[in-house]
Amino acid sequence: MDLDTLDIARWQFAITTVYHFMFVPITIGLSALVAGYETAWVRTRNRQWLRLTRFFGKLFLINFAIGVVTGIVQEFQFGMNWSDYSRFVGDVFGAPLAIEGLLAFFLESTFLGLWIFGWDRLPARLHAACMWLVHLGTLFSAYFILAANSFMQNPVGYRYDPESGRAEMTDFAAVMFNKVQLVTFPHTVLAAYMTGAAFVVGVAFWQLVRKARDEEDRSMYRSAVRSAAMVVLVAGIGVTVSGDFQGKVMTEVQPMKMAAAEALYETEQPADFSVFTVGSLDGSEERFAIKVPRLLSFLATGDAGGEVVGIDDLREQYAEEYGSDPGAAYYSPGDYTPVIPLTYWTFRLMMGLGMAAAAVAVWVLWATRRGRTPRGRWLLASVLALPFLPLFANSFGWIFTEMGRQPWAVFGLMTTQNAVSPSVSPTEALISLVVLTLLYGVLAVVEVKLLLGYARHGADKVDDDDLPPERPDHDPDRPLAFAY
Amino acid sequence: MELTTVWFSLIAVLWIGYFVLEGFDFGVGMLLPLIGRTEDERRVLINTIGPVWDGNEVWLLVAGGATFAAFPEWYATLFSGFYLPLLLILVALIVRGLAFEYRHKRDDATWRARWDLAIIVGSAVPAVLWGVAFGNILRGVPIDSDLEYAGGFFNLLNPYALLGGATTLMLFLTHGAVFISLKTSGRVREHARDLATKLGVGAALVTVVFLGWTQLDTGTVPSALAFAAAAVALVLGLLAVLAGRDGWSFVGTFLAIGLGVAGLFLALFPDVMPTSLAGGTGLTTTNAAATAYTLKIMTVVAVLFTPLVLAYQAWTYWVFRRRISVDHIPAPLPTPFAP
Repeated sequence: MDLDTLDIARWQFAITTVYHFMFVPITIGLSALVAGYETAWVRTRNRQWLRLTRFFGKLFLINFAIGVVTGIVQEFQFGMNWSDYSRFVGDVFGAPLAIEGLLAFFLESTFLGLWIFGWDRLPARLHAACMWLVHLGTLFSAYFILAANSFMQNPVGYRYDPESGRAEMTDFAAVMFNKVQLVTFPHTVLAAYMTGAAFVVGVAFWQLVRKARDEEDRSMYRSAVRSAAMVVLVAGIGVTVSGDFQGKVMTEVQPMKMAAAEALYETEQPADFSVFTVGSLDGSEERFAIKVPRLLSFLATGDAGGEVVGIDDLREQYAEEYGSDPGAAYYSPGDYTPVIPLTYWTFRLMMGLGMAAAAVAVWVLWATRRGRTPRGRWLLASVLALPFLPLFANSFGWIFTEMGRQPWAVFGLMTTQNAVSPSVSPTEALISLVVLTLLYGVLAVVEVKLLLGYARHGADKVDDDDLPPERPDHDPDRPLAFAY
Repeated sequence: MELTTVWFSLIAVLWIGYFVLEGFDFGVGMLLPLIGRTEDERRVLINTIGPVWDGNEVWLLVAGGATFAAFPEWYATLFSGFYLPLLLILVALIVRGLAFEYRHKRDDATWRARWDLAIIVGSAVPAVLWGVAFGNILRGVPIDSDLEYAGGFFNLLNPYALLGGATTLMLFLTHGAVFISLKTSGRVREHARDLATKLGVGAALVTVVFLGWTQLDTGTVPSALAFAAAAVALVLGLLAVLAGRDGWSFVGTFLAIGLGVAGLFLALFPDVMPTSLAGGTGLTTTNAAATAYTLKIMTVVAVLFTPLVLAYQAWTYWVFRRRISVDHIPAPLPTPFAP
């Protein structure tokens, strides 16, 4: 197969983005939990909260570091590999990216520096506030980057200028409050809370049943398990509700994506939802399926008898609206249609893994009720799998939403094929892809080893002389409270 | 003033902020093997920049984002054109950033040595390549009439641009040494001060040649003034090093780098990426710019939030103002697991 710059650039975007987004949701969710534990410590002076703050703070930092450095690639990649895209949408898309840097990245990096090194330099409340500000920074970051992405899904607040040949912003508020953004932001952030909390449940539960030596440890880990499992459950409900709203908006603005999610070729009223299908390789022919009657109608329209337009009708409609498909040469299986088996399965995996995570959280909450410490093997195995469930659900969700938009880079305006950098040779692109993939692979091994090592070790005990001072300590000879 | 000029200036300010701040933490990183003879000394060095290096690096990300928003064509041509050098910079920044956070996570000499290498190389590569990149921007690169870079990789390695790389390298080394003498005490400080003088002389020489060359090629009256002021600041800074005035010497190198970069932007204006091709089209603040509407929105955001960012970043430096020495370095964290 002949690789061209487009193929390579797409692979690089997929690899670097999916990788980066493994660390980001943990950062968003875990920063909130660590800030919560530290606040509990400041308020109650109960040492278990300090121990949890330090323990999960350490794990948070191992994860955060890799999220930050892989984020730099994201900021530069649009210009490097997608220069025609950058020229075309820069007037609209650049603004949220720049604002993200100014509002979010400065906040996160500065206050995290203060938090890491400031245990003895800042009053206790201010120190806890630093982690809340880091968390706020992650939320700002999520908001602006998702607003930028929402423009790609549903371009609004712009006009096409035929003279300059680009999309130009006419209404900043419309871009910021895009209806896709308003459902995507809560969906993504709640999923991130699920992810961070699932990580805490996994680690703390393993410590509780395998390592905890005394009642102090047990009570501490039980607090962590139960608080985080509550977050998984509540956030999980929020993810479901926001996802439901998202389905309706998607049906309205990107009906092809909804049809592709179900591999619905012919328009149906009412439309069923298939949990599982065995079909022909391109997904156009169905051999065996388990179906829930009318569910797709409900997901897409809010009405169990609603009509869901199928791929074939949409294809005709798009061909009329946009002319012959500029991406047709590149994208199979047909005009204006994403790769159906991929959208079909990623959509199901996203939902399935997310629901499984919520179910495990319920199980954990039930099994640990009123001070119980369950020892069952099945429960332990499920809880150890728990951190991976929302983690992979996130990846599948993003693969679905990005692949479901294809062949468009910006829906209705620019195909992915026309977005790539014309001046970058396949050799250059390939060097970049190989270098980044290998580097990311090595870093993943290093990161996971560190993370597992520290997670297995558990929370250190805190002696009296280990307590952070309540007031800042200005003794010039005192050793650093924390040092790299 | 026109909005495009405002944004050209703001982007200049972001790059100045990036170079005066990350400049010294690149310097500290590169000086790690020279000044840090023992493990404790190396930890002193790393901890002088520990709380701030990440905030310093954000200036780069914001400069990139602001260029994307305010001059999309510039962002697109520059980043797709300087492809491989940028990739190298990215790789360097990735390993360097991780090194700070991961180095102390295992009490193991081999582990630390590897991350030390990541810090040294990860600091040196961008310190050189940013100078090379700016040299090429000023000199002009082949850009065709579609505003696409048409030069390839080796075009970027010309004497003028390489001299630019040597200049940023030497300036950042000096800036780093001066910062170390400001932030430490004891033997590390003595050593840094001694090196700052020697490095400073070398830095002054390459800087004068590079800025002089720039001035002759593309200079204007304002750029000449900025370059002259940069040279004066550098010389005064070095004299302050000799006089043992750490604070003033840091002000000197800080201003020298800031004014030097300001001069480069003044020499560039109103171009943002001139072309060296006869039939090509160079990028200017006009033909590369976003619409007036976008620039207006961005201006409001920048006016509202930049002072806030500056305030809390300055506060961080205040919180961590104390000098550190080997006596302040706690014992390494015990590795909680078998390597």
